Amino acid sequence: MSGVRVLVGTRKGAFILRSDGKRKNWDVSGPFFGGWEMYHLKGSPVDSNRIYAAQSTSWFGQLIQRSNDGGVTWEPVGNQFNYDGVPGTHQWYDGTPHPWEFARVWHLEPSLTDPDKVLAGVEDAALFQTTNGGESWSELSGLREQKSGSSWQPGAGGMCLHTIIVSPENPERIFVAISAAGAFRTDDGGTTWRPINKGLHSEGIPDGDAEVGHCVHHIAMHPAKPDTLFMQKHWDVMRSDNAGESWFEISGNLPTDFGFAIDVHAHEPETVFVVPIKSDSEHYPLDGQLRVYRNRGGGDEWEPLTKGLPQSDCYVNVLRDAMSVDSLDSCGVYFGTTGGQVYASMNGGDSWEAIVRDLPAVLSVEVQTLA
Amino acid sequence: MIRVVLPAHLKTLINVSREVELDVVGVVTQRSVVDALEIRYPALLGTIRDPVTKKRRAFVRFFACEEDLSHEDADAPLPQSVVDGKEPFFVIGAMAGG
Repeated sequence: MSGVRVLVGTRKGAFILRSDGKRKNWDVSGPFFGGWEMYHLKGSPVDSNRIYAAQSTSWFGQLIQRSNDGGVTWEPVGNQFNYDGVPGTHQWYDGTPHPWEFARVWHLEPSLTDPDKVLAGVEDAALFQTTNGGESWSELSGLREQKSGSSWQPGAGGMCLHTIIVSPENPERIFVAISAAGAFRTDDGGTTWRPINKGLHSEGIPDGDAEVGHCVHHIAMHPAKPDTLFMQKHWDVMRSDNAGESWFEISGNLPTDFGFAIDVHAHEPETVFVVPIKSDSEHYPLDGQLRVYRNRGGGDEWEPLTKGLPQSDCYVNVLRDAMSVDSLDSCGVYFGTTGGQVYASMNGGDSWEAIVRDLPAVLSVEVQTLA
Repeated sequence: MIRVVLPAHLKTLINVSREVELDVVGVVTQRSVVDALEIRYPALLGTIRDPVTKKRRAFVRFFACEEDLSHEDADAPLPQSVVDGKEPFFVIGAMAGG
């Protein structure tokens, strides 16, 4: 029987929610790694029992945990993320050169074909990979060393590589996004990279159309259309139909186009979900109403989805990695809030319910659809 | 036998509930104690000190005999009562409010 496993990373531990294919009743287990910040957990697409988790605190640093039984038991694996060679400097907030310093892992992206291969996006922005199930990590330093690297600057949340997408058609093609540097692409498996930010415009940088420096919050892709990308930028929702060569804005009738999370319907490559947030300093929904917006054509038309979501006095945030979809026949859409709720829709966004509430602030949500 | 008391999160990480007892070869110092700890419990690598520079993490402190030894030289001998196992060596997570 089919089922769903929802992997929830929070500010104080990880939780795993399980349900059968009906998605009516949910079993909540956790907290795993209580007291630790769990920035991201993600399962292998080819072995659903293999899950990786990024565990960290300011006190004791970064750990990587691996499960081989669907999150029942865990073991720590390699946690050394050493930049390749002499890492040099990037720009600090005041414009002065600042040495690259590892802070934490933001995102883990298991391979589409090999459960032992994983990419990791880290702060200060860099991309690492393991080919042995996390036992050891090495940097794909071509990203950091491409010509703009020394000019990258952190945003308020740190200089993090938070988005990794591997093309399902061509594993040599990888997209990443960095705050606040922008989006980058490799077509040779990570050896060489180039910025793909043409069409982005950002008011928070001196040259609004610059090649790098944009605060990209998240990017999503449907595997059936790997050249089409949807981006939630600091402000603006953007779309590319040529693998990031150029972007155009699709914010359309959104009440605010600031936000963090963005995802694509599992069966409709032109259906996109975002959660508009009031502004870059007011990290909560407009008018205290938590609304997901759905775009069914990939263009400028968005519809608010409110059924089952709080429509008054709601001042939570939804962070960039805190939205995911399942691939059951009726697509499930899930997102977590900084107020500790995980909301789910079993009908592509038409109605919502909290499948768990009162967790610590949710940092990430990933969904595994189980055969 | 050197007795080491770890903070709760690190005890959970290595599945111990009490203090850890270690054999330390040579001069007993902060460095040799943490070296022995990391050899016995590899999961602790990087949690107490940077794995490359071996510098103590900023929010980790070392106490013994009611003294804060965090700023002592990592190669300075620890107090004799720690060496004799009469007093434990404490690895502490710095206090934080909020």
